[in-house]
Amino acid sequence: MSENNNQTQPEALFSARNKKLLTNPLGKDNPINVQVLGICSVLAITVQLRTSLVMAISVVAVMGLANVIISILRKTIPPRIRIIVQLTVIASLVILVDQVLKAFVYDISRQLSVFVGLIITNCIIMGRLEAFALKNKVWPSFLDGIGNAAGYGWVLLTVGFFRELLGSGTLMGHQVIPDFMYEMGYENNGFMILPPMALITVGVIIWVQRHRDRSLVDVS
Amino acid sequence: MTNRYVFLYASAMVIIVALILSGAATLLRPMQERNMRIEKMQNILSAINIPADRAEAEELFDRYITETKVVNHEGEEIEGDAFEVDLQDENRKPVEERQLPVFIADVDGENFYVVPLRGAGLWGPIWGYLGLESDLQTIAGANFDHASETPGLGAEIADSQFEEQFRGKRIFDEDGDFRPVTVVKGTAPPDDPHRVDGISGGTITSNGVTNMLRDGLEVYKSYFEKLKTT
Repeated sequence: MSENNNQTQPEALFSARNKKLLTNPLGKDNPINVQVLGICSVLAITVQLRTSLVMAISVVAVMGLANVIISILRKTIPPRIRIIVQLTVIASLVILVDQVLKAFVYDISRQLSVFVGLIITNCIIMGRLEAFALKNKVWPSFLDGIGNAAGYGWVLLTVGFFRELLGSGTLMGHQVIPDFMYEMGYENNGFMILPPMALITVGVIIWVQRHRDRSLVDVS
Repeated sequence: MTNRYVFLYASAMVIIVALILSGAATLLRPMQERNMRIEKMQNILSAINIPADRAEAEELFDRYITETKVVNHEGEEIEGDAFEVDLQDENRKPVEERQLPVFIADVDGENFYVVPLRGAGLWGPIWGYLGLESDLQTIAGANFDHASETPGLGAEIADSQFEEQFRGKRIFDEDGDFRPVTVVKGTAPPDDPHRVDGISGGTITSNGVTNMLRDGLEVYKSYFEKLKTT
């Protein structure tokens, strides 16, 4: 989690550089595919597309906010206890979001409940706080948070898509593999709903990405 | 930064966070509790196959649930508010002291009996409501829920496809002996009145449902038998 490939120093420029903050984590600097962070939650919640989607949205919200808060506080945080401060901010945000959901949109909160704990343990969030928000201004930090969460999100959705499609023959809970396929002898691959297949799916995504972008392979 | 600063910073942070979180919890509690009550009503109604959305749950509950009772394991009626009984507390008591809630519904002149259930899944508690038809042995409907079962695996017990399997199953066999429904691994024979399909990848949760049905219904046995003979 201590890796640091953004050597960005605080500065007031807009656009080009900031746009990169948003788009780099989607591809070249993807937290899952390239930095290999957050793998644990990818295994746990990608059995279905819907849960992946809910998780992706929640992480975007928490990560954007956490990056902003840490960035505002960055000059006051004593370096020796910075990890504890980061953890406190993330945990309180998650609890707060959970409480609000429970009071106002109960149905959604029922779906989310299991994942709330997983958001706190998501190492990408702390990784970005540590690597970026502690050293950068509020606006770039916000973009960096959203960008990384989105980079995490699309991988989550892709894995969820294939695991639900091949494992259960459904998408968002609706059957998409037509009945005649089953009559012809097609069967759902029960393997896909087990956690190891998430790893293999992520592996395939990494393979495809590195095949298309050679610069990721020849780092030496 | 001195030790003093670090210490003060940490203390201030903890106090502020504590204030925000406890403030939010206190402020939002009444709304959350109301949501939970409504959800409980929805679950009870869904065990007798009355779909109710959040807005109309309270009204439908008042209309259909005509009587609530608390009984003991010998089938005698005892004092208590059935809606407020918490099975988590009751299950810790010895069988003789347990309060067992029964919700009696009247749907177009036909009686249904709904009993709550609570058991253990893989990661945490699972619970549900089972609706029985007026013969007190055919299952009218079932509603299950869980605290933290694995999404897509054990969590599927809360899926309507799983719950619908219970409709028309029986909890007593032809000789009148108590024989609750078992969730089997894989596929159950379609015409077997005492078995339903398990969830692939969710065997421990499936077994949890089996145990919950067995333990949770067994305590009502005397009450059901008493009702049948009268």
